[in-house]
Amino acid sequence: MEFFLISMLNSLSYGLLLFMLSSGLTIIFSMMGVLNFAHASFYMIGAYFAYQISVWLGFWPALVIAPLLVAAVGMAVERYGLRTVHKYGHVAELLFTFGLAYLIEEAVHLVWGRSSVPYVVPPSLDGAAFTLYSTDYPIYRVFMMAVSVSMLIGIYLTLTRSRIGLVIQAALTHPQSVETLGHNVPRVFMLVFGGGSALAGLAGVIGGNAFITEPGMAAAVGPIVFVVVVVGGMGSLVGAFLASLLLGVLQTFSVALDYSFADLFAKFGYTVDPDTPLAVLWNLTISQTGPVLPYLLMVLMLIFRPKGIMGSREG
Amino acid sequence: MSKLRYRPINLGRWLVWGITALVMIVLPLIFTSGFTLTIMSQIGVGIIFALSYNMLLGQGGMLSFGHAVYSGLGAYFTVHALNLISKGTFYFPVTLAPIIGGVAGAFFGVIFGYVTTKKSGTTFAMISLGIGEMVFACSLMFSDFFGGEAGIATNRVMGSNVLGITYGPAIQVYYLIIGWALVCMAAMYAWTQTPLGRMANAVRDNPERAEFVGYDTHMVRFLTLVLSGFFAGIAGGLSSINYEIVTAENLGALASGSVLIATFVGGAGYFFGPIIGIIVFFVMVTAVGGITQAWLFYLGLLFLIMVLYAPGGFASLILMHVPVIKARLMRRLWLPYAAAAITGVVLLAGLVSVVEMTYHYSAEADTNPGMALFGLAFNVTSYTPWAVAAGLLVGGFIVSRFAWKAVGKAWGEIILGLQERRA
Amino acid sequence: MSTAIELKAVTKNFGNTEIIRGVDLAIPRGERHAVIGPNGAGKSTLFNLISGRYPLSGGDILLNGESVSGLKPFEINRRGLSRSFQITNIFQRMSVFENVRCAVLWSLGYKYSFWHRLGGLKDANLRAEEVMESIGLKARRDTSAGVLSYAEQRALEIGITIAGGAEVILLDEPTAGMSRTETADAVELIRKVSQGKTLIMVEHDMGVVFDLADKISVLVYGEVIASDKPQNIRGNKAVQEAYLGTEAH
Repeated sequence: MEFFLISMLNSLSYGLLLFMLSSGLTIIFSMMGVLNFAHASFYMIGAYFAYQISVWLGFWPALVIAPLLVAAVGMAVERYGLRTVHKYGHVAELLFTFGLAYLIEEAVHLVWGRSSVPYVVPPSLDGAAFTLYSTDYPIYRVFMMAVSVSMLIGIYLTLTRSRIGLVIQAALTHPQSVETLGHNVPRVFMLVFGGGSALAGLAGVIGGNAFITEPGMAAAVGPIVFVVVVVGGMGSLVGAFLASLLLGVLQTFSVALDYSFADLFAKFGYTVDPDTPLAVLWNLTISQTGPVLPYLLMVLMLIFRPKGIMGSREG
Repeated sequence: MSKLRYRPINLGRWLVWGITALVMIVLPLIFTSGFTLTIMSQIGVGIIFALSYNMLLGQGGMLSFGHAVYSGLGAYFTVHALNLISKGTFYFPVTLAPIIGGVAGAFFGVIFGYVTTKKSGTTFAMISLGIGEMVFACSLMFSDFFGGEAGIATNRVMGSNVLGITYGPAIQVYYLIIGWALVCMAAMYAWTQTPLGRMANAVRDNPERAEFVGYDTHMVRFLTLVLSGFFAGIAGGLSSINYEIVTAENLGALASGSVLIATFVGGAGYFFGPIIGIIVFFVMVTAVGGITQAWLFYLGLLFLIMVLYAPGGFASLILMHVPVIKARLMRRLWLPYAAAAITGVVLLAGLVSVVEMTYHYSAEADTNPGMALFGLAFNVTSYTPWAVAAGLLVGGFIVSRFAWKAVGKAWGEIILGLQERRA
Repeated sequence: MSTAIELKAVTKNFGNTEIIRGVDLAIPRGERHAVIGPNGAGKSTLFNLISGRYPLSGGDILLNGESVSGLKPFEINRRGLSRSFQITNIFQRMSVFENVRCAVLWSLGYKYSFWHRLGGLKDANLRAEEVMESIGLKARRDTSAGVLSYAEQRALEIGITIAGGAEVILLDEPTAGMSRTETADAVELIRKVSQGKTLIMVEHDMGVVFDLADKISVLVYGEVIASDKPQNIRGNKAVQEAYLGTEAH
């Protein structure tokens, strides 16, 4: 029970973090048709900016400044990069963001080196929030959830109450309608891209010290975010939310479970020895299969429900 | 301007193929060092891999982020086959061993391709990435087959030898690779001239219309992917013979990304584009990579610039000059080109300085502040070199813009002139 | 005469909007049939349903007596129905010749072959040359389709449609946007290529319609209000009110 509750809480905080990433990606994809390959790179530079700022000014200023800086970078990317390749179509845009992801990773190598940086949880948030049975649950995890949830509310309010939010909503359901709204489309695109990048940056700020801040972090989380978007349904925010939580659970629990088919067979009095056919497969523990599960889920989803959990279109 | 057309140049075709073959055969006689032989072997394998990738990207309009899955699995199957052959489990000539990789590549093309090719465009790209990650994650799970971190090693030299060919010396392996490269190049070129190859172009350009002339676009994409996987598998098999080891990196995201970059930079719209791309790529890897740790940064930058300003790659940049040369109008371009080159050098010097100084600063500013660049020694913690570098960068950027405007103007006049002549 | 194509109580709605509201139509083999009606009547939707671009909401469509509802466009095409598009839908980056040749490959049985050399396919190349001849684009053989003039692109559109030798041909506004002389040429072209075939066309130009059609159906708000010989349609009161009347101003 204790294990279950703690893992559930960890799943929740990780899932919410994933949603912060996938929501930005989903909004950008729905509005602009651009699948931003560099989205996880913005997550990474969010973490690195936060690290650098927290060295100079401390964590709390970093929490505010870093996402804003990432937003500025995102807007510049949209204005001077994406807009140029827009005329060549979505595949060209995807290629551009792929190249950008590559370049950002190398730039991080150049500036901060190839190993991880000591970006740590600030002392004020270090420690236990409460004790569950015998486990101290860290304040920082609670803080992460609080930031994520307030961001969630923020997104919701922006989408439902502001003008630009209404435009985005219209775009989510009818992608073609954006052009006809008569708004300054390039400016809206720039703001949306900047906003989505800021969300990724914020995720980086709070995720970078909870996990680890290193040059490989974008490449590690990027494909997972794509899985979230595919599983949730391309262009569906609700779908992305559900898929984020699902993946959070999947990844958190799978890491901790050391059961294999062999154990299951043992319960029925059958032992797997090295000569059993497919012994390798039966002896794999769930924790060993952890890295594959998200992609397996994606492939199964594509075979049995290509639209995703909540998707209305098939890509 | 038809960017993506494969019109065979009938007269010169035999000549082009003949010269290509001749160059490949003669090169190691001129450059005899082991180092160049290694690189040329890599280029040979890379050409097959990149051309197979371009069956998807260039001819089929499918942007894949996971193509190394097929070459990597092809390599693993070849390595295991080689190990079984040397144990005497069965007999198979080493010369033909890459075929095993090809069959494996095609087999996994059938397995993964059916799901991935249902859609093209962004969806295909995303799923290909997911499949790539899945296979890579699997490689760490099944260490019996994939050999874990260390990979699987083999020995290409078998007991028996036919006509003195043992594949012990690197030169023999080079000729093995070249032989396969020429056969695969010819086969892949021939494919572009078949009904399936042509319909792959049609599905790339207008999938809807292709459906209304009787073609199942999913099937066209699927078969294209399977064939592409076959050639990628051959490339993988050759690389495993060349290195005598295969690791999980062979099927990872970096390998998939590299072939994408090389193909695109060379020019996906042309059959020979990827060949140029692979050569450029390995020149970057060896020449630039030998000097600076930041070579990946420069490669990424080159790729981004090509995406932004020359989406047809080097091949299109070369080909766009053919009508100009024919019309004897190149002289109008020399001056603007010279201006662009000179200003470009300034810009590049500024960029390289900033990048290299940043790298040096972050890596060892405290322990070793002195560094040398372009033959100049300076202290990376002082302000002057930074000011100079920034000046070169900004100044170079400004003057470059003028130069490129002149280039654009000259081109505008030339295109107008060419149109008038035609009319 | 047997029936080439038959629509039975065909309906189509997008969300809550009913676009096609129960169309019954039987077109005998060899007939040239025109579908006319005001904008938004559902003419193009009807074509999209027949050719398999959209799924039906209700009813059934029979091609040569067999149901084709639920089939994919390429399956319907393989059963001998080919269509053109209102908005030119060609392979922009290929030459005229390649465009036409792509359209004949399947019908000649080359399917997904990667063991035939295109240059050696005598029947396909011959057929492609014939089609180019008949659509008057022989001189433009190696021109990229994207740079053709509008009228030439429309001719190529028809060429791609007929190249596979389909028995039933659907033309969606073949003369839209053409000048008077271009239209006259297009009418002759359509007359020529539809010889001995079943032709269904959507057309706004009444001159073209009365010139070509053996029979006319009038579609108004997703319903066929009249289906008759041209001279009877001209005299039909309901049609005049619903449609021809408005055309006069």
